[in-house]
Amino acid sequence: MPAARPTFKSISIAIVGSGGAGAITAGSIILEAAGKAGWYGIMNRSVGPQIRGGEAAALVRLANQPVNCMSESYDLLVAIDWNNAERFAAEMPLADDGLIICDPERGPVPDIMTETGVEIVEIGLKSIAENITGGRENMVALGLAAGFVGLPFDTIITVITSKLSAKGEEAVAAGRQCVEVGLQQAQTYTRQFNDSQTLAVDSGRWLITGNEAVALGAVRGGVRFAAAYPITPATEVLEWLAPALTKIGGALVQAEDELSSINMTIGASYGGRASITATSGPGLALMVESIGLAAASEVPLVVVDVMRGGPSTGIPTKSEQSDLNIAIYGCHGDAPHIVVAPLSVADCLFTGQWAIHLAEAMQVPTIVLSDQSLGQARVLIDKPANVAFLAKRKTYEPQEGETYNRYALTADGISPMAIPGTPGGQYTADGLTHTIKGTPSSKNSDHQNQHDKRHNKIANFDYGNHWADIEGDKDCDTVILTWGSITGAAREAIARLANEGIKVRLVAMRLLSPFLKDKFLTSLAGAARILIIEQTHSGQFHQYLRAQCDLPGYIKHFHRPGPHIIGPKEICDQIRDWTSS
Amino acid sequence: MSDIKIENAGELLAHAYQMELDAQERYEMLAAQMKAHNNTDLAKLFAKLAVIEGIHAKDILEQMAGMDIPQIDPDDMQWQGQESPEALDLGDMDYLMTPRQALFLALEAEQNAFEFFNHLLNSTTDPEVKRFAAEFAEEEEEHVELVKKELLKYPETGERMKDDMDQPVDQG
Amino acid sequence: MNISQPAPFKAADYKSDITPIWCPGCGDFHVLMSITKALVALGRAPEDIAVVSGIGCSSRIPAYTNCYGFHGVHGRSLALAAGLKVARPDLTVLVMSGDGDGFSIGGNHFMHACRRNVDMTYVVMDNRVYGMTKGQPSPTTEPDWDSALSPGGTGLSPFHPLVIALASGANFVARTFSGDIKGTTNTLIEAVKHPGFSFVQILSPCVTFRPDERQWKGTVHKAVVDETDDPARAARRIMTDDGYNTGILYRGHRKPYATHVCDTFDDPATLEEEFAL
Repeated sequence: MPAARPTFKSISIAIVGSGGAGAITAGSIILEAAGKAGWYGIMNRSVGPQIRGGEAAALVRLANQPVNCMSESYDLLVAIDWNNAERFAAEMPLADDGLIICDPERGPVPDIMTETGVEIVEIGLKSIAENITGGRENMVALGLAAGFVGLPFDTIITVITSKLSAKGEEAVAAGRQCVEVGLQQAQTYTRQFNDSQTLAVDSGRWLITGNEAVALGAVRGGVRFAAAYPITPATEVLEWLAPALTKIGGALVQAEDELSSINMTIGASYGGRASITATSGPGLALMVESIGLAAASEVPLVVVDVMRGGPSTGIPTKSEQSDLNIAIYGCHGDAPHIVVAPLSVADCLFTGQWAIHLAEAMQVPTIVLSDQSLGQARVLIDKPANVAFLAKRKTYEPQEGETYNRYALTADGISPMAIPGTPGGQYTADGLTHTIKGTPSSKNSDHQNQHDKRHNKIANFDYGNHWADIEGDKDCDTVILTWGSITGAAREAIARLANEGIKVRLVAMRLLSPFLKDKFLTSLAGAARILIIEQTHSGQFHQYLRAQCDLPGYIKHFHRPGPHIIGPKEICDQIRDWTSS
Repeated sequence: MSDIKIENAGELLAHAYQMELDAQERYEMLAAQMKAHNNTDLAKLFAKLAVIEGIHAKDILEQMAGMDIPQIDPDDMQWQGQESPEALDLGDMDYLMTPRQALFLALEAEQNAFEFFNHLLNSTTDPEVKRFAAEFAEEEEEHVELVKKELLKYPETGERMKDDMDQPVDQG
Repeated sequence: MNISQPAPFKAADYKSDITPIWCPGCGDFHVLMSITKALVALGRAPEDIAVVSGIGCSSRIPAYTNCYGFHGVHGRSLALAAGLKVARPDLTVLVMSGDGDGFSIGGNHFMHACRRNVDMTYVVMDNRVYGMTKGQPSPTTEPDWDSALSPGGTGLSPFHPLVIALASGANFVARTFSGDIKGTTNTLIEAVKHPGFSFVQILSPCVTFRPDERQWKGTVHKAVVDETDDPARAARRIMTDDGYNTGILYRGHRKPYATHVCDTFDDPATLEEEFAL
């Protein structure tokens, strides 16, 4: 862990371009270079509907401490061109002292930008690029943005060299030249973010997306089998696992659809391997019947749902938190299972690993509710600590003279699972209600007992402190209560409010189901005002909490669907509004 | 090229007119495609070529006034290929194509159009058809020159078509 | 194809003014042209035609037509279409899909749609890849095609959708190439006119993820033998050809699916009689 952190500072830049301009590539290079220079940062992207050649905005926030959400105002916008840029305007409002750099050859600045009154500087990116053999406008934009923030030249060159080396030496040289010109042009406007306040590279920073992190977390947790059906925005979880699992002696199978991928996962798990699949809302909807099967037959598995705008086909490329209901309630009958949600990109790693641990330990399906704003965000994080969870399935060891009962009623509700190949342990897993042996039954007592067993094993498990992150004064009576990805914005809002002398407690839930009522109410003890925040239209989280218990104090509910992600400033406004009255 | 059976001037004019209309419509479609994929230079060029083809079509329409022009279904035209010779093939497009590359395709299209009339000129025995075929062949030669002139505005820079550094975007 | 009188509708009547999101060069542009031309020849009003699709690049097509359309969920277009056609036998129903949507997640519905033989035309734009999710193998992809999700290739032989269609009872089976606009148009006309379930596989290049498919125009060729009404013969031919034979391969004689229809209808009130004491 680094020593005491300096005051938080961040700077945000956007690079916009279309038709293959390479805006996203430029943004990625900046982020990576910043990481090498010892900074933290996060990058998101906003795109048009085309598969290639569309309008694209690379949204990058750099900071001297870990950041987990985008800023609400941008300090720099570099526009390679203005095609359909109005689409993005709402996502990257400029700060009052912000700067727009654009190319006079690429048409007039859209009114929506000039109306802001920010300074507009015209630099001929196109002509600069044309004057360099193999020059590209996005490389000039990269230089301009890097110069604006004050990124060290050598870190940029290191990244460009490795990224473009596959295209040949000329490409690298051309890129370098473009960057040099851009850097030089930006000197007049530079904010020199790179001052003594940045931290040295001591912890071995990582650059990773939420999708990669959850996959890696699962591997750390012991996963060795995955079944895959691609869907936006979850496909990268599976694409990362494909070669990774092969390398470590595991396997990934591409299925024909989600009905198949969930059942393949169940089969592999029944066979003894920690197993996982990943999907988004529409895929999860297909899977729920079989998730119920896994619950009833007590087969461990993890389903990662990288949530997107819903319902139905919704907005595949944007984020939302509206799969909470289906994750918790989607199965028919009473089929208790685990639902967890990572609180940040770094937490995707932890939660992915924890999910495998929970699934294996309790022999239960576990749904991980990630979302597009985590899954496809690229973030610079401190090297994650190694955590001690390991998949620990209670398995059956043959015992002389003992009859094996797969679904025996044990004290903790977890009964040893015989892995196929274990002599004497043969049983038939079943979705039908069963006796302790596993034989189908319609008796009152069996049905009641097995229900109790499956309920208790989850309710009585020791989740430790991981069920939620609770931060801030126990005495302060204003609480922000949220879950999953919104935590990043909530944390930042709380830090800003603390600077104003307003104290706020944070309760960010990582474990949504089962609902730990006692721990939950304890976390809210003394709360007079609770602000519940979620990214849904109907308020699923709020309704869920109300169904579980009576909430103390006055409740304010701040919610809206995607695609406009709830940010720290809005949260601060909600709190200030409230605490001053 | 197999024999084109065009019996009279009216039929020939119908073909000539449809050829320009098809070319105009095709360039308009390509302009829209390139606009949707933000290749604005190419979108502008295609839009310009569409306008030019529209003018050619109008000229032929004026020539047809007062003549007896048969109603021929566009699918019954004797183009020798899948589509009319002057329309660019949709399958040849690329969102990163440069105007220079597109103009080479346009040049080929105009040359195809010339070939169509030239072949008819050499194969027909009808004097009126011959006259019009010669006229249109000459027209198409002028179009070829027009495209070559346009090409001069986009000189060879020795560069290949640029690649797109960004990855494709998953949309579903 | 000569018609004795002018078609009641023009191509423009069947097209919407939305510019497709397809990458320039995509084979689906040609498919849209062929569909439009076929509809012109068939002469039905745009409002009497329904275009049903699933999820994928090909499945975007309903919005690019001026017909009634339904852009459904992944893999279930045939189920949607069957319900529609049984409820509304008066409509012309076209189902548009891709090799991923149609043969992977839609595979089961595909077999049963062939068997059920509801009168509709199923067009699958086969580009041997999942395009919309940025390039994974599909059931018609070659075994050694490398991708991020199946590195080194799946190692699995592609299956023969045309043979599956035959084995499952499809009444009309054809393969075309998108760049052969005339051939595709004529095949579509015949497919729509033929009663029962008509299946047309259109090889349609994806220039973004399968740029090698730009070579298809040099590889496809018209089938040298005539179509047959013997499904076994057709199946054998398809399983032994090079996969690039185009044309109508099979035309069968099954009666299309029909619900039981009475000649006269009872008054619903009469149904209550059995309950009266």
